Order: sequence, then C-alpha cells, then structure tokens
Amino acid sequence: MDTEPKFFETNPQSGSVGQPLDRVDGRAKVTGQARYSAEFNNLPGLVHAVLKTSDVAKGRIQSIDTSAALKEPGVLAILTHQNLPKLAKTPNDAQSKKAIGAPMGFLPLTSDQIHYAGQAVAVVVADTLERAQHAAALVRVNIAAEKPAASYEDPKAELFDPQKVQDGKTPGHTVRGNPKAAFAASPVQLTHTYVHAINHHNPMEPGATTAHWEAADRLTVYEATQGVTRTQKALSTMLGLAAEQVRVVTKYIGGGFGCKGSSWPHTVLTVQTAKAVGRPVKLSLTRPQMFTSMGHREDQTQTLKIGATKDGKLTALIHEKTSTTSPWDDYAEPNSRIINLLYACPTFESSYQLARANVMTSTFMRAPGEAPGSFAIECSMDDLAYQLGIDPLEIRLRNYAEKDPSNGKPWSSKSLKQCYARGAELFGWSKRNPKAGATHDGRLLVGWGMATASYPVHNNQGTARVRLYADGHALVQTGATDLGTGTYTVMTQVAADALWITPDKVRFELGDTKLPTAPNSGGSVAAGTVSSSIYMAAQDVWQKLIKQATQDKKSPLFRAKPADVVVEKGRMVLKSDKTKGEDFATLMKRNEMSDVEGSGNGKYGAGYESGLAAGPADSGHQDDMAGHSMHSFGAHFCEVKVDPDLGTVRVTRWVSVHAAGRILNAKTARSQIIGGSIFGIGCALMEATKRDQNFARYTNATLADYHIPVSADIPEMTVEFVNEHDPYINAMGVKGIGEISMVGVAAAVANAVFHATGKRIRSLPITPDKVLETKMVQV
Amino acid sequence: MNNFSYTQAGSAKEATAIRKANPQAAYIAGGTTLLDLMKANLEEHPQLVDINMLPFRGIEQTPDGLRIGAMERMSDVGENPLVLQQYPAISESLLLAASPQLRNMASIGGNILQRTRCGYFRDAAFPCNKRVPGSGCPALQGDNHNLAILGTSDACIATSYPGDLSVALAALDAVLTLENQKGKQRRVPVTEFYLLPGKTPQKETMLEPGELIVAVTIPAAVHARRSTYLKVRERASYAYALASAAVGLDVQGGTIRSARVALGGVGAQPWRSREAEKILTGAPATEATFRAAAAAALRGAQPRSENRYKVELAQNTLVQALQKVAG
Ligand SMILES: Cc1cc2nc3c(=O)[nH]c(=O)nc-3n(C[C@H](O)[C@H](O)[C@H](O)COP(=O)(O)OP(=O)(O)OC[C@H]3O[C@@H](n4cnc5c(N)ncnc54)[C@H](O)[C@@H]3O)c2cc1C
Ligand code: SF4
Repeated sequence: MDTEPKFFETNPQSGSVGQPLDRVDGRAKVTGQARYSAEFNNLPGLVHAVLKTSDVAKGRIQSIDTSAALKEPGVLAILTHQNLPKLAKTPNDAQSKKAIGAPMGFLPLTSDQIHYAGQAVAVVVADTLERAQHAAALVRVNIAAEKPAASYEDPKAELFDPQKVQDGKTPGHTVRGNPKAAFAASPVQLTHTYVHAINHHNPMEPGATTAHWEAADRLTVYEATQGVTRTQKALSTMLGLAAEQVRVVTKYIGGGFGCKGSSWPHTVLTVQTAKAVGRPVKLSLTRPQMFTSMGHREDQTQTLKIGATKDGKLTALIHEKTSTTSPWDDYAEPNSRIINLLYACPTFESSYQLARANVMTSTFMRAPGEAPGSFAIECSMDDLAYQLGIDPLEIRLRNYAEKDPSNGKPWSSKSLKQCYARGAELFGWSKRNPKAGATHDGRLLVGWGMATASYPVHNNQGTARVRLYADGHALVQTGATDLGTGTYTVMTQVAADALWITPDKVRFELGDTKLPTAPNSGGSVAAGTVSSSIYMAAQDVWQKLIKQATQDKKSPLFRAKPADVVVEKGRMVLKSDKTKGEDFATLMKRNEMSDVEGSGNGKYGAGYESGLAAGPADSGHQDDMAGHSMHSFGAHFCEVKVDPDLGTVRVTRWVSVHAAGRILNAKTARSQIIGGSIFGIGCALMEATKRDQNFARYTNATLADYHIPVSADIPEMTVEFVNEHDPYINAMGVKGIGEISMVGVAAAVANAVFHATGKRIRSLPITPDKVLETKMVQV
Repeated sequence: MNNFSYTQAGSAKEATAIRKANPQAAYIAGGTTLLDLMKANLEEHPQLVDINMLPFRGIEQTPDGLRIGAMERMSDVGENPLVLQQYPAISESLLLAASPQLRNMASIGGNILQRTRCGYFRDAAFPCNKRVPGSGCPALQGDNHNLAILGTSDACIATSYPGDLSVALAALDAVLTLENQKGKQRRVPVTEFYLLPGKTPQKETMLEPGELIVAVTIPAAVHARRSTYLKVRERASYAYALASAAVGLDVQGGTIRSARVALGGVGAQPWRSREAEKILTGAPATEATFRAAAAAALRGAQPRSENRYKVELAQNTLVQALQKVAG
C-alpha cells in the first residue's frame, strides 16, 4: 500500500447512517414553508426586476429607447450599458475572469456589443413583477445586426485546436503510448462518429436572485446557487468588496444540475440594480431566459477509433471531439477523461477542436464529459462485442481495468465486477438472445442493453461546526447547499451518529456564508466532503469533552490520559476498562456547561490521502496527486421496446447497480440514482435544444417544446448499491452519487435500441425520425 | 404582456357586442392558448371578454348527431360515456392531448382555435409570415422537423392547427355551429373551417371577426363507432403529434363499406384524406389495402430539410390505425 489508510468508522450500532430516513425538510417543502431564493418577499421595499434580452445573436446596440417604458406606472428604473454603475472588476479579461471564478469571459451590459441571442441588454425595475414585464416589452432596442456564426457545423466556422479546454482544467491534446501505430496494427478496427444535441439543465427552479444592500458596504444576496461561497467570491471580487461584506444565503434549491454551479451575469446585474435603485431587488429568470442565461451542454461530435485484438482486447483508443464554444472561452466538457480510464488499453489519444460561434459559454451539466464520453465508448464497446460475437458484458470484463490505465495508479476501491454481476442477475442478462433484431413482443421489437458508469472523486475540502448541548440536542452548521437531493437529511444522520444521539435531536443548518465554509454542491463532492467535515467537528466535540472529564475530579475519568479514553455508545470510557466512564450529559451538567462546540475540516479525494486538498469552491482540481485513483463505478441494464413502423422507443425495464463507498441514506441515494437515470433517458430519447443555423437563436426554448421525460416514459426502476469500503477517500468512506447516475445511461438505451432493431443510432437524442431513417446493419 | 381590461359576458349577444365595439378585444375561454400567446407578446389585446358563462354547454344526442357545446372542457368531453361509446376517436384525441391540468381548463372551442407550435411563430424575435405577414418564413431553411408536409406553401409550412381534436372532427364529418355579431348562426364543416396558408398564412380559419363557436355536431355512423385516434410522439405523453391518424371503418364480411381518414401533424391543417377513403371504400380490409390508402394519402407530400421522415411515419401511423379498427 502506498499510503497508510486513515479511516474513521462511524458508530455502526447506532444505525442512523444508511437508513432510509425520510427527508427532514420534506414537511417544510410540501407545506410551502421552505423558502427558495425568490421567496424572501418581506424585505423592506422589495421591488422586481426583469431582463430585457437581445433578439439577435450578433451586432451592436445603436440606441435603446426607454421613454415609453419609463412613463408606465410603477416603473422605477431601466438600466442599460449606458447607465449601469461600473464594477470594480468584470470577467471580460482572462485574468479577471479567473479571479472572479466566472463561467463566462463576458458580462452583458458592459458594452454595446451583442454576442449571442438572449443576451441581457437592459434590466427593468418596477414595483410589481407584472409592471416590470410590461415595461420591458415597451423598451425598444435598436441593434445593427450582423450575420452570426451558429455552431461548429456552420461551413464557415473556423475550427481551432485549443491548448486547454474546460477553463484550463483539461489539456487540448493527450497521448499515451503510440495509439496511431497500435491502431494501424490492430486486427479489429472500428471508427465511429457520435453526435450530441445541445442540452439544457432546466431545473424546476429557475435562476433567481434577491439582492439587499443593508448598507453601502453590506450586501445580502438570496441566490439560487449550488455554492454560496463561490457566489460570495464572485460578487465581492466584482464589486470590490471584502468577502465578509457580502453574505450569500441559499436555504433551498429546486435543482441545479450544474447550471447553478457558477455565478452567471443575472446575479451581479441584480446586485448592481439594487444598488442603483436603493431598494432590495428580486429577479427571477423566465423559462425561455433559462436557455440563454446559465449555460448549457454544448453541441458536439465525437469520433472514436477503437483498435482491438481478435479476442476483443483493446489495443488503441483515439478520440476526437469537435464542439461549439463562445466568442471568448475555450470551453468543452472533458469527454476524453472517462474514455482514458474506463478500460484497460495500452494506448490512448484525445484531441479537442473548437469553433467559435455567437452563443453563450457552455458549462458543466450533470456528469460533464463523462455523460457524452460514455455514450461514445460504451456504444463502440457494444459494436466490438457484436462484431466479435462476444456478449457485451463479457467484452467489458475482458477489458476490465485492474488499475487506472490513464495514470497507472491503483484504484482506491473499485467494485465494478460486483456491480456487473449483481446487475446482470437482477436483470436476467444471462437469458439474453445474442442476436439483434430477433426478439418480439407482438409488433414491437424488444432489446436489451447495458453500459458501464464511472465518475471521479474530485479533490475538495470543507468545514463544519457542531454544538452539542447538555440536554442532548445538537446544532450542526456548514455553508453547504442542498440541491433538493437530500443534503439536509443525510447530514442530519451523519451528525446524529457521530454524536450518538438520534436524528430528531439534530438541528442542521446550511446555505449561508455566515456558516463554516463548505464546497459547491457540484462535481458530486458534497456528500463526501460535508459528511467528513461534520464527522471531524463531532470528533472535536468529543475530544473537548474527554479533556474536560480527565480534568474533572468528580469524573470517573479523572486523570486518565485523553488518548486512553474512547467513545462507546455515547459514553466516554477507558479503553482498558470500559466500565469506567460517563456520558456527556452527566459531565456537562455537573460542570454547568450548557454546550460544547467543535469544528472540523473534512477532506475529500486526493487531498484526503495526500494532505493537499483543493479549495472549497474548486471542484475538479488536482485529482491526480494522491497514490490512488479515486472513482465510483456502476452498471446500467435496460430493456426497450421499439415500434419499428413508428420509430418510437420506450424504456420498459431498468436496473442500475452502483458502488460508491458508504451509502448515507438508502432512500435518498436510490432517488438520486433514479433521478439521474431519468435524466439520462431524457438525454437518450428526447432532450435537444434546436439552434437555428441562420439566426443562432433557439427555436424551442420552452418546456412545452424542449421535452424531458414524463412519468409515462419511465418504468419501475430497480436500484441497488454494492457494499464498498474505501479507506482512502475521506473520513466517512463516502463517494458521490449525483452524477454517476446518468453516466452510461444514453449508451445503455442506444445499445438496447440496437439489440431490438439492428439499427445503430449514434446521434442523440434517438427520436422516431432517426429510428425510421437509420438502416439496419448486418452483424 | 400588455395591460388589458377584463369583462365577463353573460350572453352571446353581450360578448359579440363588446367585440364589435372593441375589435382588438379577444374572447377568453380556458385561456391556455390565449394567455401563453399574450405572455410571449405574440398577441396583444386591450380587453379580454370572458365567455365561460355563455350557455354553450351540453353533450347531447340530436337528430344530426352528438352535439357538444363549445364551452365544454376537454376532459369532460373525453370522458363522456356517449363520446366514448359512439366516437372513440374523439375521446382518444382529447385524452391523448396536453396534460390533465390543461384538459381540465381547456374548452372545445379554444382547442379548435389553438395556434401553431412552429418555434418561429412562438418567438417574436424571429420573422414569421403568419405572425407578421411579409416578414418571411425562416422555417423553410431552418428547424422544420415538426412542421407540415401537406398543404403547405412557400409562405408557411406550419401545422397551423397542431392539436388532435380537430383531426378526429375532420375525419368524422363534424360540423361547427357559429354565431356572428348579428346573432346569426351558420353551420360549417370542420373540413372547410380551416384555410390553407397559400399567400396568406395569417388567415387560419373562416371565422369572421367576432364570430363565436357555439357547438360542434358529429353525425352518428358505424365508422364513427368503429374509430380510433393514433398519436405518435417521442415521449409517451404531454407532447404534440409528430404524426397522427384519425380513422373510422365500417367493415362487413371483410369488405370496407365506408371509411374516414384524417391525418394530424403532417398537414398545414387537419388533413382529411378523401384519396385514402376512396381506396378503402369497397376494398378488402387487408394490409395491402391500408398501405395503398396510406400511399394515396401522402401522395404529393412536400417534405423539407428536416421532416422527410414524416412521409413514412404518417403512412405507417395510418396503416396501424386502420389495422386497429379493422380488428
Ligand atoms: C403545454 C401545452 C400542450 C398542449 N398539448 C396539446 C396537445 O397535445 N393536443 C392538443 O390538441 N392541444 C394541445 N394543447 C392546446 C390546448 O388544447 C389548447 O390550448 C386548448 O384547447 C385551448 O382551449 P382554451 O379554452 O384554453 O382556449 P383559450 O386560450 O381560452 O382560447 C384560444 C383562442 O380561441 C378563442 N376562443 C375560445 N373559445 C372560443 C369560442 N367559443 N368562440 C370563438 N373563439 C373562441 C380565443 O379568443 C382564443 O383566441 C396544448 C397546450 C399547451 C399549453
Ligand atoms: S412556417 Fe409558418 S408559422 Fe412557421 S415561421 Fe414560417 S410562416 Fe411562420
């Protein structure tokens, strides 16, 4: 072993962690007590802002006529690039963008330039929302329009090879071994191209900001964000304030999927507007504005070459991705990462190509890179299996990576074989007909498909505070956020176990920069990081209590060495004689202590093993510096039924089995996997934002036209977790599950469609037109 | 959305009088089409006239057939036992549409007057001949994946009526009762109610300004009792049709005595296909007949860059619907 494992067991007997505890915030949510960021309506003099956006995708503002709008009753101000107060810093240059942590190297309303359709050109403020909306419709923006570039598919688009993509986190070109020679020498060669539509996150709650300047240098922002600290940093940097002068509050979030992971322009614009009008201002994006305000998953094409031996062992993987980016940023989600490590393959190469177009910068969306990357590799693996007459599951086992092929490191834990085996058993995979297009249910064709899932453990850290009261209650605080996935609940369970009390005695607070700093809920880091920091804070409480006991003449532990005292079943006892000891309530009451407070720093991922943790808002950095490679793994199995005449595909059975370390709550974890799988089924079968290639503007920016699955699209889903003990990743042995749940889903569906029809559809989403127009391949 | 005033009309006379005095005013029933259009600034009306109090109610047998009041709600009509038994295609076309919440709000009259889902029409930032005559039709070279292939023109290729009900109504010879501002009623078959785009895609129906839809009457027939509505979309529910077919057959001893066929999702308007009916009538109820009828229905289809698939899809949809009612 490279490093000494450090692992803290929670108290297994007390039994809250892992139990399917109902959501502790469920009641508040269903009774409307839970307040989301656009629901802080009691602020003194609160007024409403709406964005006026650009119709065209490229051009220069000639004039903005606000006269009619300003005459309307209740209208307080209309802010444009001409009259909006200047910021201390804008993200418009690379250095400032980095300092701010902005997702986009351009801030609207800083010039007369129009770079994308839907770009904000004015903020209209009125005493009611309706009046603001009406006034916005009366604002006349005169733009000298130019012909925009719409995407990499535009014949005039100029493709370039970026040095790095994904905000500098992923190199534009990577080579391992000599893949070209290996491919050329391979007896089996596959080259396939995969197309991915634009996807939008579309959380139920739109982006929303309520900004309240309590004094000239004291700002509170209620923000729909996945990270209060990152928002605080972005805002304070742009405003030229100290971090402490900006408070960000996010008590509840109605989903984010990555689009609330960064601070987008509408947030600072609302803050500036509040300053300009001298009153608290609330702004909520409309659904159409959600398509052009908080990023998207970019339109992209991947070409994957696979070289293999005749018995199906991979010899070469060569991956190219071409995608659209904005006029300023070199953003592409890092598809190559998962392709580099999913299977044992001696050689690998990846390269990214970008084309600039008049679109906003794309951003991370649930499993960025892993989701589309897995579509390419997992479909190609399926092809390989058919071509060689090997079962798709068997081909994956033949290429099982016993260590991380991308860096040669051992895995901190990997239970993928168990996931395959359990998934296959639950699904009945052994009964699969090896022939494609050969299983019928009446008129319908039936197909089975499977795919592997994997998601990295991103190095991160955070802090928490635990206050234990003598009456046996505890207050637990950390500045994390709950996307709606169960953070409130699972952290309550962690705290209860760590303190040997029951969950109903724990009050857990999050979502406020006043609380100890925690990471963004993004990159699947929250569960692992926050649970560890709470656990560590609880240990701090125990150490303080033990110290107190050993100094207390009346304690049975008087004069014991603290190191000789352990906590068992909520009692502090001597290691050598466990009958000697006392519980915390007795100790605290005797000493007239009302409470004890502890704090803890929890590390997650490579930083835990190496001691070199990345910053709390900084997911995805320096994952590679520990002795182990750290990932969750899983497998999806599904059945589809395809109407060969109508081209409709319905998923009829679903099994997902994952291994992600310790599972904190059986119920919320299962819900996460179900939610992610449905997200993936949407991506597989229907989600596509259409960008008109002449206007560079979306043609279906509503939820009536951008389709996500409805209940009728989703069958009963079977979800299980494989028990996994990982001593390297954090104090709790917890890996994230928010994103792995959708990795491989689109491929599993596409593979099932192939098995049903003999048609290989490599373009997402798999809609009826493609099913009808794709020819069957003979294998 | 613009500011507007709101008036409740107690009678047809009152409603039409308000419209006469204020031609820019609009009737509002369930509001599920109208308010969406107003919120997106696609329609502006200074006044809304609530017609929900109008006595255009009832689902009843008449000598001419089943008469459904224009103010009846989609869900009530879809679940009505008479409709279910005698006009299954009508019931199915209603219950496969929209969502339960929308169906509870939406009226029959409003459904018939719903407007296209063409993405360019629905976004005021785009030019669109239907919305702003003469401004152009970006769908011709753009996103026309879900637009029409029959009855279109170079001015507009939208499925002007994108919904379901009127497809079934067109198939089953339904007749609308309209009442104009003078209180005069007239009867217009659904197949004549909708206009093809030609050079004036902004003119969608033959409704006169201020005229009200009072009711729709569907004649009783064997082919109506033996009818179905098949709707194809990529998600299982809550989506407009990529293609749909409303069919009714009277089959006796293996021979088709009468047939009714209309297609949705592919025509500039609900697409009654007398060509298909001609082939079906008197022919044996076999797949070969159905295929020939489907080919006839789609003859002359003019697909665009992204909707070629609809030619095949619509034919297969029709064949499958016919197979279903042929039993
Ligand atoms: C998200 C969404 C999905 C949908 N999906 C489907 C679908 O799958 N299939 C489908 O068929 N439909 C669908 N619809 C359309 C829906 O069926 C219509 O919006 C609804 O039927 C309109 O009825 P309403 O009473 O709400 O009309 P309103 O919005 O009140 O009125 C619509 C128009 O008709 C006029 N009008 C209404 N009643 C009369 C009358 N009696 N006489 C004269 N003029 C009148 C109004 O002035 C207005 O111009 C969908 C709608 C939405 C919003
Ligand atoms: S198809 Fe018709 S509705 Fe659509 S943009 Fe063209 S003219 Fe407008």
